Amino acid sequence: MIPAAFDYVAPKSLDEAIAFLREHGDDAKILAGGHSLLPLMKLRLATPALLVDIGRIDGLSYIHDQGNSIAVGAMTTYATLVESDLVRRRLPLLAQAASMVGDTQVRNRGTLGGALAHADPAGDMPAIVSALGGSVVARGTGGERTIDIADLFEDIFTSALQPDEILTEVRLSVPENAAQDYQKFRRRAIDWAIVGAAVSVHRSNGSIAQASVVLTNVGPVPTRASATEEALRNQPVTAETVAQAAELAAQDLDPTAELYASADYKKHLARVLTRRALTTALSLE
Amino acid sequence: MNIPVSISVNGRLRRAEIEPRTLLVYFLRDVLGLTGTHVGCDTTTCGACTVHLDGRAVKSCTVLAVQTDGHEVTTIEGLARDGKLHPLQEAFWNDHALQCGFCTPGMIMAGLDLLHRNSAPSPDEVRYGLEGNLCRCTGYQNIVRAVQDAGRVMQEQQ
Repeated sequence: MIPAAFDYVAPKSLDEAIAFLREHGDDAKILAGGHSLLPLMKLRLATPALLVDIGRIDGLSYIHDQGNSIAVGAMTTYATLVESDLVRRRLPLLAQAASMVGDTQVRNRGTLGGALAHADPAGDMPAIVSALGGSVVARGTGGERTIDIADLFEDIFTSALQPDEILTEVRLSVPENAAQDYQKFRRRAIDWAIVGAAVSVHRSNGSIAQASVVLTNVGPVPTRASATEEALRNQPVTAETVAQAAELAAQDLDPTAELYASADYKKHLARVLTRRALTTALSLE
Repeated sequence: MNIPVSISVNGRLRRAEIEPRTLLVYFLRDVLGLTGTHVGCDTTTCGACTVHLDGRAVKSCTVLAVQTDGHEVTTIEGLARDGKLHPLQEAFWNDHALQCGFCTPGMIMAGLDLLHRNSAPSPDEVRYGLEGNLCRCTGYQNIVRAVQDAGRVMQEQQ
């Protein structure tokens, strides 16, 4: 399969890239790792007139420890996240989930910034960064702004980024003393999640102080399991607490059925995967 | 509009003017005649088109050739040295790690990426490392064995 013809530019600076985006508007698409965009272009589901390849802009791939947050350059690949001692130590949820994306070859090319800008409801990274919390930095014609991750995902494949903006950095909060895990269910190893569950639990004096539970692919955007979070607050770390709270994970869901999963099945998976993620994170088995 | 590129392929600098939409796998096969890299599913799934880009395994059906301008690409044709097969090629032969052979170039390139990062992988680690490569002759058992055997040989040679 061959994409429809397009023009290609590979600017060396963000300012140049933004100028191309401003000039070409909706006719232009940003090319990062290309592992979401190029398959869509090969199927001719996307036919941009211009590709702006940001892969030749220096300084967009890095992982910086900033104390209570970690800054990740937008072009940082999944493989780099998985191999980073800093990420494995301080954001184990991100390292674990990155290791579960696609396959080796995909992880060598796919980028964190690209995944978030693409805002695929079945993608893993939107739920992961939502569970961790933080912000992203976007640069456009009007300069730089930060967007809270809670405001980043607006609809299916739609983020808060403007057409002339480039996501340049992801700043993730580092939870202290947190227990984390990501579970996803898929047909084959390399498939997208049918449903996923990301949990990050803050413990204090042997009980659960606060839990963040975010689900993948049960709505147009990453979906917080608020009833589960509420049921875990200030509760003891026990299998019973977790089992009861996980039962509430699908309470407010209205998932879209897809080829291999009915809405009811997705709700079932949301409950089961939430329980498994909490159980694994809290070492209850 | 065609774009000039200069790409190091198997250590040799190749220059061409290509359409931006030329996928790396078609550049290798149709422009350079390097047909060892196969087109399987053409949807980033099967791994038959796996090559190395700057030393890391990538699926060349999902990379534009223009993205590799100025970079280094290694294909299955670039592994043998002075007429002698690479230890991983040798191990695939010795362990009967193929039946029809269609997936083999991709399996070897993906296996080599794994061995570069982990010279003594467990069977589970090999299977995880090769998740992105499908063999439809169901020959995984011997493929896992071959990657492990090659790891041992490569360690001895170092």
